[in-house]
Amino acid sequence: MLELRNINKTLGGQSVLRGLSLRVERGETMVVVGSSGAGKSVALKHMIGLLRPDSGEVMIDGQTMHTAGGAELRKLRRWFGMLFQGGALINWINIFDNIALPLRERGESSEKEIKDRVREALEMVNLPQIQHQMPAELSGGMVKRAALARAIVTRPPIVLYDEPTAGLDPILSRNIDRLIQHLQSQMGVTSVVVTHDLVSAFSIGDRVALLHEGRIACMGTPEEFQHHESPLAHEFIAAQFGHNQTFQTA
Amino acid sequence: MKYFQPEHFEPPRNFLEKSGRQILMLLRDGGDALLITGEAFLCLKDIFQRRREVMRQLFNCGIRSLGVVSIVAMFNGMILALQAGLVLRMYGQEVQVGNLVSQTIVREMGPFLTALILAASVGSAIAAQIGTMQVSNEIAALHVMSVNPASFLVMPRLVAFMVMCPILTIYSNVLGVGGGMLVAWTQLGVEPRAYYDNALQFLTNKEVFVGLFKAWVFGIIVVSVASYQGFTTSNGAVGVGRATRATVVHSFLLILIAGYIITRLFY
Repeated sequence: MLELRNINKTLGGQSVLRGLSLRVERGETMVVVGSSGAGKSVALKHMIGLLRPDSGEVMIDGQTMHTAGGAELRKLRRWFGMLFQGGALINWINIFDNIALPLRERGESSEKEIKDRVREALEMVNLPQIQHQMPAELSGGMVKRAALARAIVTRPPIVLYDEPTAGLDPILSRNIDRLIQHLQSQMGVTSVVVTHDLVSAFSIGDRVALLHEGRIACMGTPEEFQHHESPLAHEFIAAQFGHNQTFQTA
Repeated sequence: MKYFQPEHFEPPRNFLEKSGRQILMLLRDGGDALLITGEAFLCLKDIFQRRREVMRQLFNCGIRSLGVVSIVAMFNGMILALQAGLVLRMYGQEVQVGNLVSQTIVREMGPFLTALILAASVGSAIAAQIGTMQVSNEIAALHVMSVNPASFLVMPRLVAFMVMCPILTIYSNVLGVGGGMLVAWTQLGVEPRAYYDNALQFLTNKEVFVGLFKAWVFGIIVVSVASYQGFTTSNGAVGVGRATRATVVHSFLLILIAGYIITRLFY
């Protein structure tokens, strides 16, 4: 469905991605974890075509993403919805217009259909009553959920999440995790989640990959990841849960 | 429109490398700003779809700038009349003050001051708004949603400046010449009728339209500079401040240079 092949990328004289290869299967939730500066967000930007690799390939369902430009790139991006770390809602238009924006831009739906789709998306993220509020009037968790509604309103086959639980308290974080799982089960989307929150990673991920120094250091199901022989995985888990402790997946 | 990423360069090794890099960057920045503006012109076809935003920008650019344009234009005319009038009085030619004020304002000072006010107030606000959107990933989100920022953000502002800069210049010209009349009458003893006749005697259509053409070009310059600075903002709040400052400084310089070139072309 989505594949990065041997991606290399240098930014500001620093080699950020060094031969990154990652394949995400249809309907799968792939969680990419790693320390700050490991290149997680850069990898995500390659998937959506915001960055082009110095070398390597980005493939979406057999189509080449990394060389696409103009109308072709816009067409390929229709495959995606993306939740940005801070929500990235346009702060001078209200929530309804924010969520309606990608639908209006496509020009394929009537205003009545757009209203129905926005209402449906907001109901999916449990925020049915905030259509006329401005982004600045919402709490951090509500902004994330509204941004998630915008990401899914076009019913994309792939949803990318950039640090969906960053800056949220543990209760809100678990709410967001449940929401991602709920969307996954309801819409059957392929998801790529970038996070350094292992609780979240083990809760929602079908597979978890550890990105270290620009390439995947280890990968497996949450269970496999916790018992992986890689010292990097041990170190990463120990830093969050302490030594000799594992996370019990539901 | 391309997605601008923050750039980092190795420090230059010597003066030559530093100068060369600055020249290349200047050319590239100019090219990028022109590309953004060109793409915004191509997006004029979306004007009906974005009519709400265009109306909002027309209001922001025109109505909200009216107060400061009024005061600056009025006092500009009054100062010109007083300074010129006192010199002309020495030769007994104070009646010529109307001609001098109208020529100076309509040809140069009207469009120039209007564009400077718009650059400092609206242009800097555009850079700050787009810059904040850039650092908070809102521009990236637009790209992801296949929304062209040149159409969504730049085109409505470009239309607003192309319409409002000439209109405000006409308004500023009228107020400036009017302010001159007030000073000529009260301070120099020139009758309003004589001032009015003198002001219009040598004013031709060419002067009026070249002045308005200047205003139109200045408006495009301000939007180009402000948008480019906004889209290339990096480094959070500090970067937004830098983009705002650069917008005002670069706009002022380019308006001056363009003003000279247009004057040279037509006169």
